Amino acid sequence: MGFLDIDNATKSYGAVEVLHKVDIAVEEGEFLVLVGPSGCGKSTLLNMIAGLEDITSGEIRIKDQVMNGVHPSKRNIAMVFQSYALYPNMTVGQNITFGLEMHGVPKPERDKAMADVAKLLQIEQLLDRKPGQLSGGQRQRVAMGRALVRNPDVFLFDEPLSNLDAKLRVDMRTEIKKLHQNLGTTIVYVTHDQIEALTLSTRIAVMNGGYVQQLGTPKEIYDTPANLFVATFMGSPSMNLLPVKIVAEGDTLLAETTSDAGAPVRLAVHAPSDALKSFAGQTVTMGVRPEALTDVDGADQRSTHVERFSNTVTVTEPAGSDTFVTTTIGGVECIARMRADTDARPGQPSEFAVNMEKAIFFDPKTEDRIV
Amino acid sequence: MSIASQDAGIRTGRVARTFIYLVLLLFALFYLLPLYVMLVNSVKPLSEITGGGMMSLPQVWTLEPWAKAWSTAQIGVEPTGLRPYFWNSISMVVPAVAISTILGALNGYVLTKWRFRGDTILFGLMLFACFIPFQIVLIPMAAVLGTLGLSGTTAGLVLVHLVYGIGFSTLYFRNYYAVFPTELVRAAQIDGAGFFRIFWRILLPSSGPISVVCVIWQFTNIWNDFLFGASFASGDGAPMTVALNNLVQSSTGVKEYNVHFAGAILAALPTLLVYIVAGRYFVRGLMAGSVKG
Repeated sequence: MGFLDIDNATKSYGAVEVLHKVDIAVEEGEFLVLVGPSGCGKSTLLNMIAGLEDITSGEIRIKDQVMNGVHPSKRNIAMVFQSYALYPNMTVGQNITFGLEMHGVPKPERDKAMADVAKLLQIEQLLDRKPGQLSGGQRQRVAMGRALVRNPDVFLFDEPLSNLDAKLRVDMRTEIKKLHQNLGTTIVYVTHDQIEALTLSTRIAVMNGGYVQQLGTPKEIYDTPANLFVATFMGSPSMNLLPVKIVAEGDTLLAETTSDAGAPVRLAVHAPSDALKSFAGQTVTMGVRPEALTDVDGADQRSTHVERFSNTVTVTEPAGSDTFVTTTIGGVECIARMRADTDARPGQPSEFAVNMEKAIFFDPKTEDRIV
Repeated sequence: MSIASQDAGIRTGRVARTFIYLVLLLFALFYLLPLYVMLVNSVKPLSEITGGGMMSLPQVWTLEPWAKAWSTAQIGVEPTGLRPYFWNSISMVVPAVAISTILGALNGYVLTKWRFRGDTILFGLMLFACFIPFQIVLIPMAAVLGTLGLSGTTAGLVLVHLVYGIGFSTLYFRNYYAVFPTELVRAAQIDGAGFFRIFWRILLPSSGPISVVCVIWQFTNIWNDFLFGASFASGDGAPMTVALNNLVQSSTGVKEYNVHFAGAILAALPTLLVYIVAGRYFVRGLMAGSVKG
């Protein structure tokens, strides 16, 4: 039994099922991020938790109370919307206390709650202004204040940062994380930004096509994605996917591909699983994150298994802190993350290092990871 | 657009500009001529008009035609002037405008924020009210009013104008609320506000411009209506427009043109006032839907 239980929840519009048996248990104080591309059903799921959309089948429980059919205002939840949804005709103070007023909280208590929240979010000087007079970041704070003042069981965030400019988004991200750490509230947060998902969450549900593709901690999602969709959706630049042939040679298992010069590249697989051994002789997809494909000096010093090969550099993209180097292996363009002052030059051969500890393999037919 | 026309204005020479203003001035004078005739002739004795000086300024200034039109002119059986009919119109217009505006706002709210199966068709059907000619409904409406026992009463007239007005007011408010963010309604729902609270506290306070448009439109239409007034109100219950007609069309006695002019201005005064007071919101409200996006 979790704090918030989503139990086989399904959503259909007529005959079209848009959300298929979602099963997530959220513990108290957890920060769950629902992430996925547009139309994956993440906002629908959030609205179902909020009570703004009906649940077609299955159950949603908060603190073991079944929420199906319960009015949004009776669920003890608060929601921050993408557009902030501040009431334009009310001042910031009235916006914050509107929910308390609707719940019949007496005025002195409302004013005290408002003062506390305003202090926490540092918006005391804004309380008499109208939302139209605020900047994007200030509106965002007010929207959070409106949610916080209710002291709800669960906070719901619907892409709250997507209307802010890049710098402010990073700042607010940190602030939401701080808020969560200080208050220990239970949060369900919807975003399509995988970086937001990785930085904020304690757990992530990656969704696509109405299915939860993988549910896990940010590290699990990033290091051991369950399938090709999760592998490519999470991480930027996205994971390199190389077709490799699995060759068994004595006790070692080799992943074999070719360099752009046609020479064979043979990489010994680190601690091969039995499942992967059964793929010997077949072609599978090897996934390598850009930071696991580096120049030799930049390879992870703590890794116990680094393989090297030589290949021609096609493009270099200096990004300040790193240089992204594009190279073609086995006919597929790969991106390597090298040190900023790497010697790699376009058109020149360069030595590459692969951290095989981080290499993972997918079955090209089912697209699932081979475990 | 305004910048472009300003540029064009700067480029045109002084002669051309003088010419343009001259033409505009002429047109303005031409259109103001009837008002001038009405005003001038309403403040001179009848003898000056019948003497042929219709366009000239009065030699003797008098407000007597106004007083007569307002309080002593023979319209019905009693020499009451237009005064009681003016109040008839007011007591018809105010409830009809108020109720049709509020109902239109409620309809718009339901049609955009509480959508249900078939709402678009229902809205389409309501729009028919904007296109059905008044004459077609006269007889069925008379039958309905008769059944309801409202024939010849002000309440009956209010009902008729209400029914006709809802189509327009719904159209205005629906289109206005269609671009009103639905997330606000959802936020209010989570905050615990019910159907009417959301309407009163969130939507209505943000509906200023469109309410003004709706009120002006309804007020002008209902105040100026003659057909329904002549058909469904009788005798002492007639609205201003019908009374004015009776005053002007009276076939007995001398035609007192100065009194007629004064009466006509009196009848037009309320709509004029509404435009002057609320007119600047009118254009703003009409544009609101198009620029908000």
